[in-house]
Amino acid sequence: MIFYDRLQFAFTITFHYIFPQLTMGLSLIIVFFKWKFLKTKIQKYNDAALFFMKIFAINFTMGVVTGIPMEFQFGTNWAKFSELTGGIIGQTLAMEGMFSFFLESSFLALFIFGEKLMGQKLHFLTGFLVFLGSWASGWFILATNAWMQHPVGYEILDNGKFVLENFSELFTNPWLLPAFLHNQFASVVTSAFVVASIGAFYILRNKYSEHGKLFLKTGVIFGLVSSLLVAFPTGDWNAKNVAKFQPASFAAMEGIFETEHAGAEIVLIGQPNMVEKKLDNKIAVPNILSFLTYQDWSRQIPGMDQFKKEELPDNIPALYYSYHIMVGLGTIFIGVMFLAAFQLWKRKLHTVKPLLWTIMFLVPFPYIANLTGWYVAELGRQPYLVYGLLKTSEGVSPTVSSGNTLFTLLGFVALYMLLGLLFLILVGKTIHQGPKPLKH
Amino acid sequence: MELFWFILIALVLAIFFVLDGYDFGTGIIHLFFAKKEKDKKVIAKAAGLFWDSNEVWLVAAGGMLFMAFPTFYASVFSGFYLPLIIVLWLIIFRAIGLEFRSQFNNEMWTSIWDKSFGVSSLLLALFFGIALGNIVRGVNLGSVENGKSLHEAHYFFLPLWDSSFSPLSETPGVIDWFTLIIGIIAVVTLAIHGATWIRLKTEASINKKLKTVIFNLTIVLIVLTVFSIIVWQIVNPNSLNNFVERPYLIVFPLLYLIGLFGLLFIKKIKKDNHGFILSTLLIIGGITSSLASLFPVILPSTNTINESLTIYNTATENYGLSIAFNWAIVGVILVVIYFIIQKRLLKGKIDKMDYGH
Ligand code: HDD
Ligand code: HEM
Ligand code: HEM
Repeated sequence: MIFYDRLQFAFTITFHYIFPQLTMGLSLIIVFFKWKFLKTKIQKYNDAALFFMKIFAINFTMGVVTGIPMEFQFGTNWAKFSELTGGIIGQTLAMEGMFSFFLESSFLALFIFGEKLMGQKLHFLTGFLVFLGSWASGWFILATNAWMQHPVGYEILDNGKFVLENFSELFTNPWLLPAFLHNQFASVVTSAFVVASIGAFYILRNKYSEHGKLFLKTGVIFGLVSSLLVAFPTGDWNAKNVAKFQPASFAAMEGIFETEHAGAEIVLIGQPNMVEKKLDNKIAVPNILSFLTYQDWSRQIPGMDQFKKEELPDNIPALYYSYHIMVGLGTIFIGVMFLAAFQLWKRKLHTVKPLLWTIMFLVPFPYIANLTGWYVAELGRQPYLVYGLLKTSEGVSPTVSSGNTLFTLLGFVALYMLLGLLFLILVGKTIHQGPKPLKH
Repeated sequence: MELFWFILIALVLAIFFVLDGYDFGTGIIHLFFAKKEKDKKVIAKAAGLFWDSNEVWLVAAGGMLFMAFPTFYASVFSGFYLPLIIVLWLIIFRAIGLEFRSQFNNEMWTSIWDKSFGVSSLLLALFFGIALGNIVRGVNLGSVENGKSLHEAHYFFLPLWDSSFSPLSETPGVIDWFTLIIGIIAVVTLAIHGATWIRLKTEASINKKLKTVIFNLTIVLIVLTVFSIIVWQIVNPNSLNNFVERPYLIVFPLLYLIGLFGLLFIKKIKKDNHGFILSTLLIIGGITSSLASLFPVILPSTNTINESLTIYNTATENYGLSIAFNWAIVGVILVVIYFIIQKRLLKGKIDKMDYGH
């Protein structure tokens, strides 16, 4: 049954994506610390870079070991999909290996072990290359995903195979750039929260509080800028793309059951009722959605009633909630970071305890926003694997029985629970040990 | 173009087995021969420094296989579903064993992760050998039963084993006595390779003893090699035809033999890197000889109804392959540069390295 294959993919990718979102964002912040150190020669900055490097390294290991199953799963569970589209998405996946994983892993070893061997300038450079590698990795994986969301540059042969017709279109895909930027800024949000909250923790505990203040300040500044960029222009830009290329998903994620005559309202709160095909307890503002999407107050937007049932995503409530959770959290992040930045500007932030506690406890939420964002993308793409062209049910491995998939799914669940636990123990230990200047 | 991609992927895979192979081998040696904590630590470090950048070769080979030979990728990955997923789990155990052992200075903690590293390395070596055995033996493509294919001609599904454990049964499993022999050969080969690596990279107190270990394992390997060539004839009577038809392919088995017989003189060899070069030849020779014996087939069919998978009937269109040729050249050059930089900066014995960690 395809259900287990989907569940296994969803579970393993959700677990995988917990780690790269931090590595991508954190590598940027580490490079920033290292650069500050080069410029100012103040030891504190180097301590910060080395401290976060440790957290990065643990996280990176987890990203690698959970990433390899992702690549394998295309072949093991989605063999038909791989056979039919490998000629196209194989390009971007193979390039990811060639141009980003090699870069990232080669220089990470040097960044971790090489400070003494190379001197500061080269050490900065290796850090920068790690950053470049991890962002390139995001670029290629999003190019892959963008092709599945909005296929371009392909040709379909008589035997049903998709083959490449135009290579450069894979990278000029109109879906790619907005998705990439949105995704990258969102990963900076996650790491900014992690950095700021470790800072807040040190200040509240009154330990390493000098470092704590630096972490807090850096986290808040990165956090404010990236939260704003996530919402506008990139979030908005993504929404416009969905409206244009996947109108059925757009109707579902916004919760528009019926098409209105003129401008569409924006739903703030409400629960989809799939039986009566309406939103319960709705609070909505008229015409705003039409304006946000098309800058036209009275533009008509097709609702779900305009589409055949087979064209609509198969889990509309999950899609709708995921979208509203992401957007809601995004708004909260902007609010909190704005308040924090204001206190920072008044040089009082480290004394405002309630705000410090808030920042500390918000850490899980950027992760949730990132994952729900991906659920929007992936649930919205349903019922297709390649939007409009290849149904999800046609992509699954023909020979693997559901008993086997269930067995491996349970295995992954057990193993990942163990991994998650170890990960938390190690990060906890690293935070506890705190940033110390290395004695050498 | 198909040929270029076949060679490139084979090369990347061979490099993976040379590089990550020493990690597996290090794990095996660690499991059986490292007794003192100091040795355990430095031997784990000899693998731990590099496993991650070595594993990228596997990821890269996977990606390229996916791109260039999608039908093969789909067929083999879904057909060997269970063993592959088990390999994934072992890879995870191996990695966390290495990364986590020295995080806490507690005897129980380190010994759990040492075992995790050692046992999963051993099983990985075994499974990779079994995989090679399966490719050489071939599978029941299309899952033919009573003269009819149950699936499309290029799909199949193998159980872990079939009750007869015989490669000659109508529905052989992943593990049978033939593939098991190849698996054991892989374990022995990689153990030798790991030992030469430990000698090269560390000053562990067992290094002297390892020379004897390598020598004994080489003798075992010679016996196993001869034996496997004989049984291979039973499993697949045409297995050596390619070498008769294309005599130049003999270079690959020759590499293997040079490595094998060279290692017999390990006790006389003064320089540690010579030992490592010989075990590298052994691995490269072994893999390339197996592939060369099949070429251009990459997965033989054991039934007469469905034809074997070759590099030609599983490849994607030429346009994609040619475009990828261009970026692959750039990629390979970059990778070689990173590799040289990395090995330059992190050269020498691990015990002496001052990496401030
Ligand atoms: C910190 C995380 C985060 C936050 C606060 C937001 N997003 Fe987001 N969003 C993501 C993290 C994310 C993501 C995980 O990164 C996604 C999944 C796919 C992608 O490219 O980015 C995404 C996708 C995504 C999509 C594409 C869905 C699809 O492909 O079908 C849209 C329309 C939006 N976002 C819109 C928004 C808007 C209007 C936000 C307003 C505040 C917003 N996002 C905040
Ligand atoms: C890290 C972020 C991602 C998350 C959280 C995520 C989440 C999911 C979820 C929840 C599903 C199940 C959908 C369903 O059951 O309806 C799914 C399916 C899938 N996703 Fe993603 N996804 C992510 C990124 C990607 C990327 C980058 C790709 C492509 C390279 C991808 C390819 C797939 C495929 C092939 C399936 C299986 C078919 C299906 O059920 O739709 N995913 N993903
Ligand atoms: C939004 C989706 C994804 C992003 C942004 C992403 C990003 C990354 C990054 C940055 C890494 C490097 C390791 C780390 O920093 O933790 C990584 C590792 C990896 N990812 Fe993902 N990934 C995503 C989804 C996927 C999917 C769908 C696949 C399946 C093809 C995949 C396959 C891998 C593999 C094989 C590795 C290990 C690479 C290595 O050996 O270094 N990832 N990913």
